[in-house]
Amino acid sequence: MSDNILSVKDLEVSFQTHKGSLKAVRGVSFSLKKGETLAIIGESGSGKSVTAKSIMKLLPKKTTMINQGSIMYKDKDLLAYTYKEIEKIRGREISMVFQDPMTALNPTMKIGKQVMEGLRKHQQLSKKEARRRAMELLELVGIPNAEKRLDGFPHEFSGGMRQRVVIAIALACNPEILIADEPTTALDVTIQAQILELMKDIQKESGTSIILITHDLGVVANMADRVAVMYAGEVMETGTAHEIFYNPKHPYTWGLLQSMPKIHQAEDQRLIPIAGSPPDVNLIHDGCPFAARCPYVMKVCHHHNPAQTKESETHSVACWLQDKKAPKVKQPAGIKSDGS
Amino acid sequence: MSKYILQRFIYMMITLFIIVTITFFVMRLLPGTPFSNPEKLSEAQLEIMNAKYGLDKPLAVQYFTYLGNLVQGDLGLSFQSQGRTVINVIASRIGPSALIGGQAMIIGFIIGLVLGVISALKHNTIYDYGSVFIAVLGMSIPSFVFAALIQYFIGVKLGWLPVALWEGYSYSIMPSIALSVLVIATVARFIRSEMLEVLGQDYVLTARAKGISEEVVIIRHVLRNALIPVVTVVGPLSVSIMTGTLVIEKIFAVPGLGEQFTLSILVNDYSVIMGITLFFSALFIFVIFLVDVLYVILDPRIKLKREG
Amino acid sequence: MRKHDSELDESLFVHAPLEENKAEEIADHPTGFWIESLQRLKKNRGAVIGFIVILIISLLAIFGPIMNKYDYNTQDLTRSNLPPLVEGLERVGFDGTDSHGKNIYEDRSISNEPAWIGTDEFGRDLWTRVWRGTQISMLIALVAAFLDLLIGVIYGSVSAFYGGKIDNVMQRIIEILVGIPNLILIILFILIFEPGIITIILAMVITGWVNMARIVRGQILQLKSQEFILASRVLGASNRQLIWKHLIPNTMGPIIVTLMFTIPTAIFFEAFLSFIGIGIQPPLASLGTLIEDGYQDMRFFSYKLIFPAVIISAIMISFNVLGDGLRDALDPKMRK
Repeated sequence: MSDNILSVKDLEVSFQTHKGSLKAVRGVSFSLKKGETLAIIGESGSGKSVTAKSIMKLLPKKTTMINQGSIMYKDKDLLAYTYKEIEKIRGREISMVFQDPMTALNPTMKIGKQVMEGLRKHQQLSKKEARRRAMELLELVGIPNAEKRLDGFPHEFSGGMRQRVVIAIALACNPEILIADEPTTALDVTIQAQILELMKDIQKESGTSIILITHDLGVVANMADRVAVMYAGEVMETGTAHEIFYNPKHPYTWGLLQSMPKIHQAEDQRLIPIAGSPPDVNLIHDGCPFAARCPYVMKVCHHHNPAQTKESETHSVACWLQDKKAPKVKQPAGIKSDGS
Repeated sequence: MSKYILQRFIYMMITLFIIVTITFFVMRLLPGTPFSNPEKLSEAQLEIMNAKYGLDKPLAVQYFTYLGNLVQGDLGLSFQSQGRTVINVIASRIGPSALIGGQAMIIGFIIGLVLGVISALKHNTIYDYGSVFIAVLGMSIPSFVFAALIQYFIGVKLGWLPVALWEGYSYSIMPSIALSVLVIATVARFIRSEMLEVLGQDYVLTARAKGISEEVVIIRHVLRNALIPVVTVVGPLSVSIMTGTLVIEKIFAVPGLGEQFTLSILVNDYSVIMGITLFFSALFIFVIFLVDVLYVILDPRIKLKREG
Repeated sequence: MRKHDSELDESLFVHAPLEENKAEEIADHPTGFWIESLQRLKKNRGAVIGFIVILIISLLAIFGPIMNKYDYNTQDLTRSNLPPLVEGLERVGFDGTDSHGKNIYEDRSISNEPAWIGTDEFGRDLWTRVWRGTQISMLIALVAAFLDLLIGVIYGSVSAFYGGKIDNVMQRIIEILVGIPNLILIILFILIFEPGIITIILAMVITGWVNMARIVRGQILQLKSQEFILASRVLGASNRQLIWKHLIPNTMGPIIVTLMFTIPTAIFFEAFLSFIGIGIQPPLASLGTLIEDGYQDMRFFSYKLIFPAVIISAIMISFNVLGDGLRDALDPKMRK
């Protein structure tokens, strides 16, 4: 898999809480190719943010433990990097955009200075050069009157504009990978579309690979080349966007798709929610984490965790339904299958 | 911005006016007479004295005379120290108080800052617990108890520093330390909690994600933002220091305003009590005003948000 | 962990749904706010120790004076300035020797019951005096704190409930009051009236209630705007239900915490005033007057200073630590 720019293998992360250790990510694997967009989708608490942050070692040092796994960036294992070494990767090779633009910018520092910080560190630009580049970046992300705005403070910007600034900061040093952690969740719908368009444009121009973390299937459909579906700290299904939307194999993916409104949906057709709520990760010991909410659950699911089964070169699923001993289950109605 | 400052300024003047009025009438309500040995004075002498200090006029007249004099910086004559004006008394006493107060603020802020930062960065470690413990001791032990104890152990027992009086710079060290304890504790606790809060903010994550070094993140992003609210404790702290000087100066026999104040209370020198009260209050109100203005200058967010 | 099918029996592959409620199961059963707070408080070692120390000191303040046969105010010049002596504790300093190492008890051939922590210049037993003093200091602090609470809660809730113009005026009054250094007001107040317990209490309450009023008002205003209050209203909750179910439980926390910090502040002010000579008047003793007396004799009879100093410090530290612990335990933001 030489075309993978990033591959995460068997990542396991746990948090130290006052009640003891809590496994937030339980053996996650996925890979990212150069220039593609990988969407990681899942409900809140499914471990997608934790996974993303562990790539850049951004999790709090004292309370998190990466128990096992590897994160290969090009040929180097990022997990083996020290905190000092990872600073050279952060912002330059891999950068990150966070969920809430209202809190992601330092409120007492001028916008320009915040954009310039990374430039000055990684590209050793002079103040003047960095400022010019920062202005270009603000123009690139579509902030009008960029020169003047450099001296503004975050509170003078709207939410959408702030997210553009955050993206400009992330893009400052032309990173290979951009991790966007729910970049549009906190924004108005119209602004959401603008930000997503912006990210697409930038990707087209610079060839940056994007990991897009979201719980919004609409965003995934709009952006992603490939999708990884996460649940309770595990990857349930991965595949190309086409495979996930038109040929999903995991009951959880079915549930997600059924609960999403579709534009051509008949008015009388109801959305079908997934029963129950995401499990408390403390309760999962063995077995499939989705077993408690799965309408197709079998005895085996409660005690044995299914391994990934390959559906195609790009598509794999962790579900006992794929086992040949399992009864054949028909994909529920409401999900478009191939060709329909 | 300027509208805000003006508004604060008007507030300051109103508060000051109310304090002036309160102190004036309180003084008139006080039992006893302001003269050292009224029994020894004849009726005629008393009358002369009363006339000299303007005490024979109606209260309202006295009040407006007082206000008028105040505006001209005249706080009247001391009742006890013959022929000295109150302004004179205050001026001669202000130096030592300013020195130990200023030193206490500086020592307190530096040590408090160091303790607070260590505490926050080493959260939930032995260093954190150690600094928190020191801060709790500093908050809790009354300054005069602490002062008496260090005077006994450092001054009397060990003889490292002069026990009391005011005959050189070394005489200012122990009073300053005694006064700084509360400052250390307050600043350390405040910085600790502010820093812990800022450390949990998203923008710190953004800064880290840029790849700038951890030291820069801490200094430029965390510490800067944690320090801004610290100016708000300057007001309360200046009160603590003023309060502290009353007893600390008594303990170390520092010839400052605090010592003068306690002395004047014992001998009923009302005009000096009133003068020092006004001076302390005015100083405090001015500090609060400065802090309010400074806060607006330091924190760019407030300019827009603060209501009229 | 993850298994392939080879080792699994076919019989496992049959439909086997869980019970309905299993899907909603969570590991932690929700507990009430107060129980949870108490549990959190118990985990805070400092707060627990603080609580125990306060308890011990309170018990000693009540029972200390009757633990020996001496009275706090009976002078006995034959017993003046006796150093501490406790049988069995001679090794740790309670050996009846003065600052020159001379055993005063033998020197003056005193054979009746020794003074555990010494006597003052009039031969009054310090053990008894210290605990009597603690009693008075605590009494002043508790009454002052209670009055602060009473006035503060009423003022704060009236201000918050009525809002509008009334609130505006009430807040301006508070703003001016906090603009005046409270110690100055306290001192002026005491100068007008006779120094004594009641004067001290009233003087402290004059400015003390402001803090409580601000906290209560802030808390109520915040609650008023919160959506769960609106939700309960929509669901038809009456005002009384709202007050009992939401307002009181939600404002209790900050009130208790403020109270915990009011008490040591009051103890401090009382001691402070007594120390500069305008507090409790003799023959009554408080921790402040005892420290003042001890301070005067510090050079030769350091025990007179050290014992009351240790007691007042212990009380202040314990209340502060307990207050901190309570704040952390009751702060809903800290709830996981």
